[in-house]
Amino acid sequence: MSSLIQLFSDYTLQIVALGSGVLGLLSGVIGSFAVLRKQSLLGDAISHAALPGICLAFMLTGIKSSEVLLLGALISGLIGTFFIIKIVNYSNIKYDNALAFILSIFFGLGLVLLTYIQKLPNANQAGLKNFIFGQSSALLIQDVEWMIGIGSVMLVLVFLFWKEFKLLAFDEVFAESIGFSTQKINLLLSGMIVLTIILGLQTVGVVLMSALLIGPAVAARQWTNRLNIMVFLAAIFGSVSGIVGTVISSVVTKMPTGPTIVLVLSMIVLFSLLFAPGRGMIWTLYLRNRQKHYLKEKLKTEEGAA
Amino acid sequence: MNNPALEIQIIAVIVAVACALPGVFLVLRGMAMMADAITHTILLGIVMAFFVTEDLSSPYLILGAALMGVFTVWLTELLHQTKLLGKDASIGVVFPLLFSIAIILISRYAGSVHLDTDSVLLGELAFAPFDRLLVFGVDIGAKAIYVMGIILLIAVIAVIVFFKELQIATFDPALAAALGFSPVLIHYGLMTMVSVTAVGAFEAVGSILVVAFMVGPPITAYLLTNHLKKMLVISAGIGAFNGIVGFQLAMLADVSIAGMMAVVTGLVFLLVFIIAPEKGLYTGMKRRKMQKKEFEKALKNLL
Repeated sequence: MSSLIQLFSDYTLQIVALGSGVLGLLSGVIGSFAVLRKQSLLGDAISHAALPGICLAFMLTGIKSSEVLLLGALISGLIGTFFIIKIVNYSNIKYDNALAFILSIFFGLGLVLLTYIQKLPNANQAGLKNFIFGQSSALLIQDVEWMIGIGSVMLVLVFLFWKEFKLLAFDEVFAESIGFSTQKINLLLSGMIVLTIILGLQTVGVVLMSALLIGPAVAARQWTNRLNIMVFLAAIFGSVSGIVGTVISSVVTKMPTGPTIVLVLSMIVLFSLLFAPGRGMIWTLYLRNRQKHYLKEKLKTEEGAA
Repeated sequence: MNNPALEIQIIAVIVAVACALPGVFLVLRGMAMMADAITHTILLGIVMAFFVTEDLSSPYLILGAALMGVFTVWLTELLHQTKLLGKDASIGVVFPLLFSIAIILISRYAGSVHLDTDSVLLGELAFAPFDRLLVFGVDIGAKAIYVMGIILLIAVIAVIVFFKELQIATFDPALAAALGFSPVLIHYGLMTMVSVTAVGAFEAVGSILVVAFMVGPPITAYLLTNHLKKMLVISAGIGAFNGIVGFQLAMLADVSIAGMMAVVTGLVFLLVFIIAPEKGLYTGMKRRKMQKKEFEKALKNLL
């Protein structure tokens, strides 16, 4: 027990856990809308597309501070999203194909830049590779402050545009018909998805960040049919997996943070899919069995009567 | 053959063509993201097979990876069929989990052997010629050439033999089922092919860039033709071109070969996207302008 107390009074761990918790909360909230709009995999493409931006930002400035690198990531993530939308709009290439294409090409460009940087005499580049899998122990208090600052702004935006987002998530055509500019709301939502992903790159890395966006929302969806409760639950699931995953990864040696967070999150998702009342697989099986039983009984009594 | 540069280019071309063939069908079915998922999860298959055999060059690694690829598809579809979550979300739930397990296993238990996440994820084509194939003590060339060559051969034979089945199941699954071809069987056959190709190629180019070679050339060819056979040939040609040009540029700039091949793939697509004769951006804009003019004229005449 005393070691546990010691663990939680560890300053670095406090910061890192706080960062992951805030990140989980944000991606739970924003991810809910992404999943409901069936844009789950957009996150995967954006997070990969951010890699060349990180490298370019470092090459241009020579500074390895998070703000500079993440600004680069933000720009190249947005460019990637722009390309995906344009490819789908101006050709008959399917959305899924465009996603996979942009994802892999941008990642390839990122690799080219990464190998180029590694050959530069600047020894400062050592940590850039951490963006691929994430390294939450490298989080600084300033990074977490940024996360909280940007996160608060986004939460306020979600609160302000709640009915617009809700409309967009469930009935885009209706939203358009009663006079909302779905294009603008869509842009705002996509922008927030990109921003959330960028904030998570340091902690979970480009490969697994999309899971943090999808998982909490999918788990939360199973417990309720109401959007506000779903978003609230997703926020809780996201932050719990962020904190628990980070703590496990710092207590157990050789446990990379990103994958550990995803593992914890997947347990929550699995549990929800199986056991959620009303929707879960176990519940459905039980209902089906009861129905079968009932029909059998009824058949028997009717046969008896005949 | 003791010319590493030549050998690397041969490997690059074989990998590119071997990826492009199943890639065409993936693209036509709109399943590119499933391929992305598979290229990640085969890592778990490789790791698990490695723990059993403790030999990185064992053929069981390919078997393990192929099984894991098929398992991924099965699991994703199982989740989707419960109707509890969408198709994209089920992909997004399954592959990060399997991939995370693989990464954790590697970082915890395989630290001492040559199986690190970097080489799996990123690949290094420049090292491929160092791994030689010896037959009775005679060096007959880089091993990757033979491994990928066999995979390519299987892909070519499969596409030729099952051409009409693949074609019909891709464009009209209902008709395929009505005629007695099982779309499910063809579907899983294709997914097995994707997994096997991915596991053969990942060592050379890394798992994420396999996706670039599977998706890039077919969507480029898709802009150039409406015929399946032509699309297959054009994809293979573009893939081979990207491989060679990518290698040359990478040597020039001294950067990641696989990464540069992906960049060239992107540039070739961009070029075709703009100037393709029928489906290109430029032709489309010209057509729209002309239509506008004609419509204006017609309107004027009408008034």
